[in-house]
Amino acid sequence: MRFELTPRTHVSPVMRALAPVAAFITAFLIAGFVIWLMGRSPVAAFDVYVLQPLSDPWALQELLVKATPLALIAIGLSYCFRANLWNIGAEGQYVIGAVLGGWLALKTHGTEAGAWVLPLMLLLGVIGGALYGLIPAFLKTRFGVNEILTSLMLVYVAQLILDYLVRGPWRDPKGFNFPQSVTFDPSATLHPILEGGRVHYGAVFAAIAVLVTAVVLGRTLFGYRLKLTGDAPRAARFAGFSSKATTMAVFAISGGLAGLAGISEVSGQIGQLQPSISPGYGFTAITVAFLGRLNPVGILLAALVVALTFIGGESAQILLKLPLDLTQAFQGILLMCVLAADAMVSYRIRFATRGGGK
Amino acid sequence: MTIVEAILLTIVTASTPLLIAALGELVTERSGVLNLGVEGMMAMGAACSFAAAVTFDSTLIGVAAGMLAGTLMAALFALLVLGFAANQTGSGLALTILGLGLSGLIGAPFVGARRDPIAPLDIPILSDIPVVGRLFFEQDLFVYASIVLTVLVGLYLMRTRSGLTLRSIGENHTSANALGLPVWRVRFWAILFGGACAGLAGAYLALVYTRFWSPGMTAGRGWIALALVVFAAWRPGWVLVGAYIFGAATVLQLHAQAAQFGVPSQLLSAVPYLATILALLLLSIRHGRAIGAPGSLGVPFVPDR
Repeated sequence: MRFELTPRTHVSPVMRALAPVAAFITAFLIAGFVIWLMGRSPVAAFDVYVLQPLSDPWALQELLVKATPLALIAIGLSYCFRANLWNIGAEGQYVIGAVLGGWLALKTHGTEAGAWVLPLMLLLGVIGGALYGLIPAFLKTRFGVNEILTSLMLVYVAQLILDYLVRGPWRDPKGFNFPQSVTFDPSATLHPILEGGRVHYGAVFAAIAVLVTAVVLGRTLFGYRLKLTGDAPRAARFAGFSSKATTMAVFAISGGLAGLAGISEVSGQIGQLQPSISPGYGFTAITVAFLGRLNPVGILLAALVVALTFIGGESAQILLKLPLDLTQAFQGILLMCVLAADAMVSYRIRFATRGGGK
Repeated sequence: MTIVEAILLTIVTASTPLLIAALGELVTERSGVLNLGVEGMMAMGAACSFAAAVTFDSTLIGVAAGMLAGTLMAALFALLVLGFAANQTGSGLALTILGLGLSGLIGAPFVGARRDPIAPLDIPILSDIPVVGRLFFEQDLFVYASIVLTVLVGLYLMRTRSGLTLRSIGENHTSANALGLPVWRVRFWAILFGGACAGLAGAYLALVYTRFWSPGMTAGRGWIALALVVFAAWRPGWVLVGAYIFGAATVLQLHAQAAQFGVPSQLLSAVPYLATILALLLLSIRHGRAIGAPGSLGVPFVPDR
């Protein structure tokens, strides 16, 4: 018996929209099976992972907090992935954004600096992430170096830079030798949208990014150019679109948004710099981008859904003693299911027996 | 043993996992499939081999478990990219994310356990040669195996009919298919071979190199192995050279950290990653683009297209 693939001539939009849902359900069933193999109850796990966060107001806020960086980064990545470019170093761009923006917060710490600090910090975050993202883009366009490997290697470098800074020159002298910076001043803090709430203004940035991207991709020449570059590179060249300029642009956009996510998280959520400022948002955002079918609104929904697994993972660790690595494993399974579902939408898969027994 | 000898010995130990993993990936890529999941397969190899070795108190069972884990992960990847013709880059990333997560689950109960060092295989007489003797002829079995594997992979690809088939499928799967070559089957085995090698590399890491297990212990070595294949222009001999250069860079930065030159340790830790970028850059500057890449690398195969 063997597989046979034939491209589908007509793909219904309903199927395209349902594919990620089917993928998500499949991923849940597989994860449930894994939990069962570990000798735990899949039903209890489902309750802790999904139902409890959704029925608890505090957890719902937490959901938005976690979805914010995911959506911001994934929106940026969707520009790259649409042009068939593989920026897998968003985690590093996120860190550098936080570092450059955080630098201003530490510089102005304890001074009378006014309301200009926070906007400038956010801007520095965007610039830091964009510049860091431009490194692999420049190496690719100028020298033809594979962007997948360079962008990934730069993640390790960025994490080491942050580690050096918070253990060395930026360590809080009164912090009992803990590797962390001073706590940011109120003027360097991204405030909650609602007084006393947890959701900070980063969520607004994410919403703006979704709206702007929806317009850019659907209504502008640049959006068309991305699609053409990804789907038919030769045609894009004949149309006079420079693939080098496109590469630089999408890496700058995705790096900038990852940097914004980084500085928003640090100034709105963590409140200081420390060696670890992300539970892997930059990598998880890849799953989010594909789960959302590289579509802005889809990505927003996907970010909320995947944020659920982060929160569920944290409470499952406390309540069920299920390790946090399970969440990462689930995200890997989810990405696999999404890619398989995408393929099933594009191709008809047949099991065929051929020539007796072979 | 002098310090120089000791350093050279550790360079060999640090290079071997890179060499083994890169050789496996080289065969996979030569068949036209890009598997970015090396890091994940390696992590699974490390966790499963260590768990099995501690549970059964046997290095042999540990190595077998590591290779099996890598192979199973690769089979999952093969199902996605061959069965569903899914995007290879995305599937490879998913495999890495899954592998890092699952290995954390499997390894967690074994944190803190240690394995005894494996006795080196001493080749009589030859190992008595000063300096080079101990370096070349008193290593563990895996080191010899990795050298033999390099030769075998080279001979297989360049001197056998089956190797020729594999290369032609990698160069142009449409033509190969038209000639009646079994694209699907050859790629399946090439992917599994890559997985077994990555698993073995992970097992070596956990059972010989560190002799304990800790989360994230592969530390990007799978990605460096991927870069090595590009660096070597898809030729086994150059993978060997590249692996030893990288092994040397890793070990020398560790010694530099221990010597405390006043350079931040983080800068030295970044050396292997920066060296990878630099190596890829120098290669591209010299040749203009990545040379030797198989023509169909990374392109999903659908017969009717």
